[in-house]
Amino acid sequence: MTPSTPEKAPDIAIEFDRVSKSFGQRNKKHRVLNDISFTIPRGLTTVIAGGSGQGKSVTLKLILGLLYPDSGRVLVDGINVPSLNKRELLKLRTRFGVLFQGSALFDSLTVFENIALPLRERTNMSEDEIRSRVMATLDQLELSGHEDKFPAQLSGGMKKRVGLARALQLEPEIVLFDEPTTGLDPVMTREIYQLFDSMQKQLGYTAVIVSHDIPGVFDIADQIILLNKGEVDVFTDVNEIIHSTKPYIREFAEMTMGDLFTRPEKEKCH
Amino acid sequence: MAETTIPPEEEPPALALPFIFLGDHVLYILTDLGRMGIFLFSALVGIFRRPFRFRELLKQLNFIGAGSLAVIFFTALSSGMVLGLQGYYSLHKFGAEGMLGSAVSLTLIMELGPILTALMVTGRAGSAMCAEIGIMRISEQIDALECMAIDPFRYLISPKFLAALISVPLLTAVFDIVGIFGGYLAGVGLMGVNSGSFLSGMQQSVTNHDIRLGVIKSIVFALLLVWICAGRGYLVQQIRGAGFGAESVSRVTTQAVVLSSISVLIFDYLLTAVLL
Ligand SMILES: Nc1ncnc2c1ncn2[C@@H]1O[C@H](COP(=O)(O)OP(=O)(O)O)[C@@H](O)[C@H]1O
Ligand SMILES: [Mg+2]
Repeated sequence: MTPSTPEKAPDIAIEFDRVSKSFGQRNKKHRVLNDISFTIPRGLTTVIAGGSGQGKSVTLKLILGLLYPDSGRVLVDGINVPSLNKRELLKLRTRFGVLFQGSALFDSLTVFENIALPLRERTNMSEDEIRSRVMATLDQLELSGHEDKFPAQLSGGMKKRVGLARALQLEPEIVLFDEPTTGLDPVMTREIYQLFDSMQKQLGYTAVIVSHDIPGVFDIADQIILLNKGEVDVFTDVNEIIHSTKPYIREFAEMTMGDLFTRPEKEKCH
Repeated sequence: MAETTIPPEEEPPALALPFIFLGDHVLYILTDLGRMGIFLFSALVGIFRRPFRFRELLKQLNFIGAGSLAVIFFTALSSGMVLGLQGYYSLHKFGAEGMLGSAVSLTLIMELGPILTALMVTGRAGSAMCAEIGIMRISEQIDALECMAIDPFRYLISPKFLAALISVPLLTAVFDIVGIFGGYLAGVGLMGVNSGSFLSGMQQSVTNHDIRLGVIKSIVFALLLVWICAGRGYLVQQIRGAGFGAESVSRVTTQAVVLSSISVLIFDYLLTAVLL
């Protein structure tokens, strides 16, 4: 099914081409994405930022073919995802690793079984191979000793790490993270991002991180995509955001990373 | 918060509003039926997908089948005994106590066995199934399965279908036997009906046709209850008016139990009318 000659330059992993997406019935129609286009480079970390409800998760679900756009093309390696049939879609998804917003761990399975699941279901590895592989990952992510616990017995940060471990088992080319640090304290947040960064550098996958965790996540971003009211802006540097002249970007920047501006005159009370 | 809402192209005339409302609802019902149809089809196809999850099937058989034995036993015993007493009371008026065995066993095999078993299993296992799948849906566990390219039907839904299709007819058989025993206890043990006439009445009146009707009913009911309960849970986010989060799961579970019970009762009538 994969065409040998992708129609896009090889350094682009994902491309949105004039994509629109709305929800709701006719007179309560709510347009989440309005004719947006952007590209995500291969082997780097792209952050999709934006306020709550701006369509960040919808963007990820479009990439995975869990939702369909109303118009436009979503290209992964030049393949238009919405045009794939069910079998082709399943095949495409084997190239993705996904860490969901709420970790989406299977709560009736232990940590070990959660991480082993993709290996058991998708590969022919023996139970011994699976065991050693999972244990190695657990070790790498500092989860050793927790393999027999159930997700409900884990802390927020541990759940994220188990989710990451599970997402990385099948050696994905593209890893999607949906708000991976929601509900974590700032110290844990920084640790998780450092972990993501080192895993990404080590494995070389294309990382797409959805976050409203700003500016923290910008430290590890090679590119930033800002979603706002159905529109999209692309930046390659935090400074571009800070020095942007567009009023809504300034507003977003001041709202989310006021501390970066270090303006003493802007006190809380006045 | 900040959401882009597109105003409708133009206000429809007031006269058109009832039709828009009606059309909208009809469309929703058709879409919903369509989704349920696709769900049923995928679940049935999933039964034949490899690799087969034998351990999951055993787990579900244990939950739906073995787990329901106690409740089936007591329901069957008490309804059988009531049938025995009630039957005796009616038949006694005509001096036809000898027909008690026949009346009790036919009622149980053709009617009460399949229907009460299906209702009990809906209440006990169907609701749990709906809530479990609904929670997996809203916590994105089903999306996660799809993202790992694991077919959620083969992995999660189809074993439940198969387990229900196997256990409900067996539970119905248990219900029938325990119920008839209850009828015997009440009629023969308490009211003093002749044991031989109870048993021979039963033997003479119950035909293969009656048993077949009971079996067909139990299979249809099993399919109905697992389809509706699992399907409503699976589609929890697409059900209009269900709301969000934990509340949507609880609403949809209630709705599934009601829908499934009503469908069982309606199909009971239809099957009886067609097959009797
Ligand atoms: N399956 C869906 N059905 C209807 N509306 C949806 C659906 N998914 C998302 N939305 C709506 O789309 C908007 C964007 O959602 P989302 O992408 O989840 O936001 P976020 O940027 O916070 O991740 C929200 O207003 C949400 O209500
Ligand atoms: Mg989101």
